[in-house]
Amino acid sequence: MENKTRTLYMIPYIGWIILFVVAPIALVVYYSFFDIHGNFTVGNYGKFFTPVYLKMAISSFWYAFLITIISLAAAYPTAYLLTKTKHKQLWLLLIIVPSWVNLLLKAYAFIGIFGAHGAANQFLDIIGIGTKQLLFTDFSFVFVSVYIFIPFMILPIFNALDNLNPSLLDATKDLGASKWTTFRRVILPLTLNGVKSGIQVVFIPSLSLFMLTRLIAGNRVITLGTAIEQHFLVTQDWGMGSTIAVFLIIAMFLIMALTGFRRRGA
Amino acid sequence: MGKKSAANIFLIFMFFILYAPIFYLIFYSFNSGGTMSGFDGFTWEWYEEIFQDTRLFIIVLNTVVIALLSALISTIIGVFGAIALRSLKQRQQQTLLALNNVLIVSPDVIIGASFLILFTFIGFQLGFYSVLLSHIAFSIPIVVLMVLPKLMEMSPSLVDAAKDLGANSWEVLTKVVLPYITPGIFAGFFMALTYSMDDFAVTFFVTGNGFTTLSVEIYSMARQGISLTINALSTILFLVTIVLVLIYYYLSQRSGVKGVNFRK
Repeated sequence: MENKTRTLYMIPYIGWIILFVVAPIALVVYYSFFDIHGNFTVGNYGKFFTPVYLKMAISSFWYAFLITIISLAAAYPTAYLLTKTKHKQLWLLLIIVPSWVNLLLKAYAFIGIFGAHGAANQFLDIIGIGTKQLLFTDFSFVFVSVYIFIPFMILPIFNALDNLNPSLLDATKDLGASKWTTFRRVILPLTLNGVKSGIQVVFIPSLSLFMLTRLIAGNRVITLGTAIEQHFLVTQDWGMGSTIAVFLIIAMFLIMALTGFRRRGA
Repeated sequence: MGKKSAANIFLIFMFFILYAPIFYLIFYSFNSGGTMSGFDGFTWEWYEEIFQDTRLFIIVLNTVVIALLSALISTIIGVFGAIALRSLKQRQQQTLLALNNVLIVSPDVIIGASFLILFTFIGFQLGFYSVLLSHIAFSIPIVVLMVLPKLMEMSPSLVDAAKDLGANSWEVLTKVVLPYITPGIFAGFFMALTYSMDDFAVTFFVTGNGFTTLSVEIYSMARQGISLTINALSTILFLVTIVLVLIYYYLSQRSGVKGVNFRK
């Protein structure tokens, strides 16, 4: 391609990268050095390492970890069984359709289901356990998050399993490996990349789900995302909000480095 | 046999878990009782309420306009960006792609908060245009990622041949390159459309007062508790989603873009 045309094509794209990728991150870092009155300070970083914020960060990571592990435990067997079905692409599509429904509507459905007289409590009543407070607990937060993320975990694992060469499995059988050995030594290592992508698309967003903590957990769970939203839109302390955002960005890069970048579902 | 049925029960259970909440919403949208527990009787009341609500109608219109405009503009910028990216050297390409992917992996809260800082910093008024610009911004990378593989698989000799036969660069673009990557462009446009329609967190940060999209409206309605208008709304949105899925499935089957994809 001639250089002139290339430059012409490049201008809007590079402009976008500078204005909406580089500048926002730079500004977040810049703002993290100002206190609520607009004075230059490194105090926000000091504040982040006080017990209040550290506890919040650790619990946010703990919840993200729980959500990721539970999603993985539910998604792996599902993906595996899906690859064994006839018309597997159709079934996969049906698993994915719920992920296209607006996240807030799904969260809202659980306000009804977990409500005092909702379906979940009616069920608990019938089987004799009796009604419980479900909404506004950390259980409901983890459950709803897992519900939302499961399809995102299934897709990459399904693709990895689907790409597995079946003759490898025949070979392990011929060589006398048990089913468990086949899984542990052949299937799992070869689908590890799918698992990693799944972890990536679940773990990072789990750290930042502020709408779920507001709607479902009734502020009993504070994630890093909730704290950022709180500082930016409620208390207007942008400096502290930016500081938390800086740590979230660092966490994001660490996770990316650990799992490697892959496109969603690739 | 026992193993097989256990597998089937597990899959049925997963499908039940995934779909039950959605059908729960839809079921109660016909409840005259006004709550999501105890079905009192059948009614169309909540649907009538939606269709009489002009404010909601304007919000839906806003959402659609933002989605179409942002998808269109981000597709244009993304396609040209991808074409330029392809002609770069490996190293530069990798660097730019890494920057490209930042917004894809960033949590929505970070994107929202940092865009809010950006708009405030340059003194840009929050409202329709800030939301539109934000949606364009987070849709561009996904368009690039959908288009780039198609460009990569296009043989360079195709362009060389066109040039040898006397095509100028405009003709090469419109007669050779763009037709070849059309499936990728459609997939990118479609993904941008759905990203925009589904986005809540970014819009929530940059919307300011006075301008609202459907997701933000649903959030503020849901924070006030249960209102069966939301249920009726979700039924309608679910039907629209199904139609979109079918269109997307049809397009991807026909164009050979592999696999299905997600909303964010």
